[in-house]
Amino acid sequence: MYSAKLRTLALATVITLTGAFVLAAYYAPIEADQGFSQKIFYVHVPMAIVALGGFVWGGIQGLLYLRTRDPKHDMRSYVAIHMSVILGIGVLVTGGIWARSAWGVWFEWREATLVSFLIVFLLYCTYQPLRFSITDPEKQSRYAAVFAVTAGTFVPLNFIAVRLANPFIHPRVLNNTTGGALPTDMKIPFYLALIGMTLLFVTLSRVEMTHKLTRGRVRGLERRLERLQGESDPAGLPARSAAPQVMA
Amino acid sequence: MTAAGPRPPRTTPTRTAVAALLRKELLLERRVPQVLPAMALFSVVTFVVFRFALDTTSVEGRTASGVLWVTLLFAAMLGAGRLFVADHEEGGIDALLLAPVDRTALLIAKAITFVAFLALVEVVAVPVFVVLLLEPGLSIADVGRLALVLLLADIGIAVIGTLFGALAIQTRARDLILPLMALPLLVPVVIMAAKATAPVLAVTGSGAPGGRYLAVLCLYDLVFGLLAYAVFDFLLDD
Repeated sequence: MYSAKLRTLALATVITLTGAFVLAAYYAPIEADQGFSQKIFYVHVPMAIVALGGFVWGGIQGLLYLRTRDPKHDMRSYVAIHMSVILGIGVLVTGGIWARSAWGVWFEWREATLVSFLIVFLLYCTYQPLRFSITDPEKQSRYAAVFAVTAGTFVPLNFIAVRLANPFIHPRVLNNTTGGALPTDMKIPFYLALIGMTLLFVTLSRVEMTHKLTRGRVRGLERRLERLQGESDPAGLPARSAAPQVMA
Repeated sequence: MTAAGPRPPRTTPTRTAVAALLRKELLLERRVPQVLPAMALFSVVTFVVFRFALDTTSVEGRTASGVLWVTLLFAAMLGAGRLFVADHEEGGIDALLLAPVDRTALLIAKAITFVAFLALVEVVAVPVFVVLLLEPGLSIADVGRLALVLLLADIGIAVIGTLFGALAIQTRARDLILPLMALPLLVPVVIMAAKATAPVLAVTGSGAPGGRYLAVLCLYDLVFGLLAYAVFDFLLDD
């Protein structure tokens, strides 16, 4: 019953991302300095932007949850952070590959953007353990939301702090002061990849939320069935996931 | 009870509540010293560990600044884990929730207590550090500069430590999860504090800490202070 919207979204994601990568591979010029390895930029940068945006979005949803106590927002906050952590792994891996080919090292400590991202990523790695270690579902949502709000605020502040500490050598590809240092034939595939990555994020989030909702409904139905059959409820199994529970 | 209709609830002013809570904290620590001696002892032991781990008898400049901040930060993590233990186990938080006071009074009182604890630990740890490890020693002007950086960093550490101490106390993992959450959050404090302290501890003519590092420390304290003030309520709402 949810699949119609999801199919459209998934289709749009596949088309946009494929289009972006095809354009990036064949249409965009080879960068003079770094050669072909620079192409990873069309994956790495959109992924990083979407992941950071997802972290902040998780914080905003956490704030909305604290204000409204609507489980919907808790679910969105959880899914956004979950997806961003997964994308974060991708960002660190692609970043490492790029750094290896551009600077000859897997990780560059003098590089503020990379270091900031690592710190943020490490912080969000504790989100799941935090949820796991709180048993009461209401408390779990509330505390996770407080964490999401604090960490979401931390993301921009951390970038300021780390940047101040280092002379940066990271390429500033989207320099706002000069109105974009990127030539147009690189811009098109880049922005297309950014849109595609955002769509991917939204699609995967939708899939996860749909899965959680459906599972919650199935559980509710199972419970009703058991009651109807007059069987005694088996001892509740410990939850396998720290995801927000949806009661139908 | 002569007045018809609901009367406005009478609440104790926050300042009175904070003062009472502060008195309680300090009295508790004075009667049964628990956290402070542990933190101080931990700092000294860590200096000894650094002496052998770095295999050096004296440090200066950036290394000195790093040794000092790592030690103080880990000692602070030790203290943050204990900050709410007594209240949680003896029902102090429930009592506060029953009392007609603003809940943020607890945050303010705990954060001030934590800053005081950190300052007291530093009063012990910094001289020990200077005697044991620091190569050039400190001039009077350096002590003043160092104190300023320490104070600004302590406020940030105390705010994060209090907020996440209150969060971690309700989880099963507790001491396990607190440093995992708080250390990444405190990395900007360490960056700024270490950068600001390094010239003060340098052997080649001490310099003043860079103004922008202190400014970012202030910004950090302000942002997370306000944030903690805004969200702390939700950690107690039971």
